[in-house]
Amino acid sequence: MSAPLVEVSSISRSYAMRSGMFGRATAVHAVDGVSLTIPKGETLGLVGESGSGKSTTGRIVLGLEPPDRGEVRFEGKPVAALGTQAWRAQRARMQMIFQDPLGALDRRLQVGTQIREPLDIHGLGTPAEREDRVRDLLRAVELTPAHGARYPGALSGGQRQRIVLARALATKPDFLVCDEPVSALDVSIQAQVVNLLCDLQAQLSLTLLFISHDLRVVRQISNTVAVMYLGRIVEIGSADDLFARPEHPYTQALVSASPAPGRRSAGRMVLAGDPPNPAARSQGCAFHPRCPRAIARCASEVPKLSSVGGGRQVACHLVTGPQARTQDAA
Amino acid sequence: MTPLVSIQGLSVAFSGVPVLRGVDLALGKGEALGLVGESGSGKSVTWLAALGLLPRHAKVAGSVRLDGREILGAPAATLDQVRGGRIAMIFQDPASALNPVLTIRKQLCEALALHRDLSGEAVKAEALRLLNLVGIPDAARRLSAFPHEFSGGQVQRIMIAMAFAGNPDLLIADEPTTALDATIQAQILELLATIRREMGMAMVLISHDLGVVAENCERVAVMYAGRIVEQAPANQLFADPVHPYAQGLIGALPPLDGPRRRLTAIPGTVPDPAHMPSGCAFAPRCSLAAEPCGAAAPTLAPIADDRAVACIRAEASRRALLGIAAE
Amino acid sequence: MGRYFAIRIGRAALTILLVVTFAFIVLRLSGDPALMILGPEAPPEVLAAFRKAWGLDDPIWYQYLDYFGAIAKGELGRSMRDGRPAIELVLERIPATLALTLPAFAFKVALGIPAGIYAALHRGSAIDRAVMMTAVAGFTVPSFVLALLLVLIFAVQLGWLPSGGQDSWRHAILPIATLSLGGAAVLARFTRSAMLEVLGQPYIRTASAKGVPWRKVVTSHALPNAAIPTVTILGFMVGSLIAGAVVVESVFAWPGVGRLLVVAVANRDLAVVQCILLLVALTMVTSNLIVDFLYGFLDPRLRAKGVHA
Repeated sequence: MSAPLVEVSSISRSYAMRSGMFGRATAVHAVDGVSLTIPKGETLGLVGESGSGKSTTGRIVLGLEPPDRGEVRFEGKPVAALGTQAWRAQRARMQMIFQDPLGALDRRLQVGTQIREPLDIHGLGTPAEREDRVRDLLRAVELTPAHGARYPGALSGGQRQRIVLARALATKPDFLVCDEPVSALDVSIQAQVVNLLCDLQAQLSLTLLFISHDLRVVRQISNTVAVMYLGRIVEIGSADDLFARPEHPYTQALVSASPAPGRRSAGRMVLAGDPPNPAARSQGCAFHPRCPRAIARCASEVPKLSSVGGGRQVACHLVTGPQARTQDAA
Repeated sequence: MTPLVSIQGLSVAFSGVPVLRGVDLALGKGEALGLVGESGSGKSVTWLAALGLLPRHAKVAGSVRLDGREILGAPAATLDQVRGGRIAMIFQDPASALNPVLTIRKQLCEALALHRDLSGEAVKAEALRLLNLVGIPDAARRLSAFPHEFSGGQVQRIMIAMAFAGNPDLLIADEPTTALDATIQAQILELLATIRREMGMAMVLISHDLGVVAENCERVAVMYAGRIVEQAPANQLFADPVHPYAQGLIGALPPLDGPRRRLTAIPGTVPDPAHMPSGCAFAPRCSLAAEPCGAAAPTLAPIADDRAVACIRAEASRRALLGIAAE
Repeated sequence: MGRYFAIRIGRAALTILLVVTFAFIVLRLSGDPALMILGPEAPPEVLAAFRKAWGLDDPIWYQYLDYFGAIAKGELGRSMRDGRPAIELVLERIPATLALTLPAFAFKVALGIPAGIYAALHRGSAIDRAVMMTAVAGFTVPSFVLALLLVLIFAVQLGWLPSGGQDSWRHAILPIATLSLGGAAVLARFTRSAMLEVLGQPYIRTASAKGVPWRKVVTSHALPNAAIPTVTILGFMVGSLIAGAVVVESVFAWPGVGRLLVVAVANRDLAVVQCILLLVALTMVTSNLIVDFLYGFLDPRLRAKGVHA
């Protein structure tokens, strides 16, 4: 394994939220003690439902939001504070793409101009070189230079996401955070963009943090996958292995809930209860109110993320150590 | 046997632009039919048109029969009886599907008053029973709550309760779980399956998610650019898709287990309804397209019992698929 | 709910304070009341005496504090022109203004809201286009132009109605018509767009899909939602009952609050101007409070969220 490009050490972030009419402000722990390591050139997938803190984690990693506790290191150096000179320099090497490409683009500007924008901001190359670079970028995302003269409204959803991707790649970043980049796209277009991301990653040896609720897409693109529930990582492991043999009951439920052609829903594990509310997190394991296997200990003690062998880490009282794993498999 | 609903040559145009271009579809009593396709393929429009729910400027033509009786263009009073009473519909975005200024009780009881001979206390009791049926906790108290006081999954449960209020013979579920989280999606689909079984109700499940359709339907119709391009029993369609578009859709879906493979993305994008290619609408994106594909739009023709496909290259397509499988 | 209104009442008080302060400063800076009232020919001693009598020679901050001190005691000052209490002068004009603005308000509502609803329900029809054209004309034509136009047609050309004054109910017709037409146009447009917005919402489709007859979809599903934005503009109209007729009163020589204001500003009759502004600010702010309260009543979502707003 190569040296880590991004190291996240136990970051936490909470917001104050007032509930109800006379409610007192309560702290909502959006992210709570998350640690991640992304080796250079690899992809870490981050999955979870709404409110799991996956997007907040992405923003903290990019330095768009400061963590309350913990630290993010990029190439061994701490990520600089938002808006500083050091952050801007670092930002050229870390980029982000979002779910909604139309929201990320300015409808009144030609897309070519928008791709060039980061080059102008960071003062990279002469004007002629910048124009060349824009053409190269358009080709890299499998569009033609002619697309550069269009406005976002004249492009399809898939094409817009390619433009956003081209703009993110303009400054030749090493690290890309993708937050639900294909969720708004139709299946056939989604496949185009996923393939493109995989190709570009290989060509440019990009390192990716890929945030999505879609297990299939995450597996397709990731080396390692981390599953988040209410601000904490509950399971992390290699992508193929994690989805083939999920250990944490929540991961099992997620995998079971992902429908597959050619499989009938019989035997599906359906979780009871509502989606988790970050403002009302239970004592102990945050998942225990919905967990079909919860025991008394789960209600009082927060399980630690610990290794169960095979590069897998699980935060569950019921999954302990490599022995438990072999027993389960037997 | 007369089918419950039979749609023939249904077409819809919005200000001269055709979005539905001749849909034929039949549905038996108690059957679960899946309708898949990408956005703009016309899967929702088909049923909105059938129930007369499209805006007035939409031009609708063709025939929609319920128990053999024509309902397309039927008088408003007849349609009001059909909607909710014979055919109910639930929609994608639960957050905006319920009226924000009316209580749940009011919206549920409205449906009950319209389609059931109930009055006074009986209406309230039935509303309560329905809420309990769809699994809303503390239903008696929650009846007087407003939609915004429920989570997305709960609102979709309430929508389902409302749909069942009129004891319909058919439920159209239009992307019922797309806006919901995975674990909640599983809950809602299970709830739908359970109640449907108990009531012997037919269902049309509209979804862009092949997995959702495959697991919950017996038969699937694939739509592309305003037409049905393939129709087959669910297991056959996913094991052996014939239409190149259906193959493309299935190939574009990343697998959740087994070896990873490069996704077979369909090149290009869905054609603009205002500038439809002549002939087969899929031809410009199709790897098997040949010259005749551009000449005339292929009709949906049976290829086996209960299977039909609209592709003149269906045989070639099948061979190509088998060839790949044999490798 | 208490907190919701405490915040709003606090804001209202602040608004009034700012309005009064702004008026105070502008009026003091833009001309000398002594000169305006006594004329440029007046001897310096007389001017000095006048200034002393009205406290105009005190430093401006002192005058300002003095003014607020007086307000706190319930004194709104006296007119510099005839020495009568300003509040008395203003109050005796209010009935005349309301005689125009209240019927006009009723006409605006009675015309504008049904026209807007009808236009929205028959979008694209000939009647919709006619309503919209009238509405656009109604609020692009300034009220003085409309007033003069009406005078020209009904008073000068046809001679059916008087062109000014306040002698009989017939004198009120043209001013009321002027006020109503513009307001009805604004209201029709607002109502129409509010209705169109609501009719496009998914819950309207839900209601239709469950078999609710269209008429009932409109009355029990669309109208309660469309009422929410319409209330805003209604609140604004209620707020301008007192001061909304300045132009019309001037054109038609109608002795209401608006005309009093014009005259008082011209004369730098500070107490009267400030008294009117205070009254206007109070009605505006009160109607805004009522609107906020109605929002809470009409929209259950605000009852819970209002705190954060």
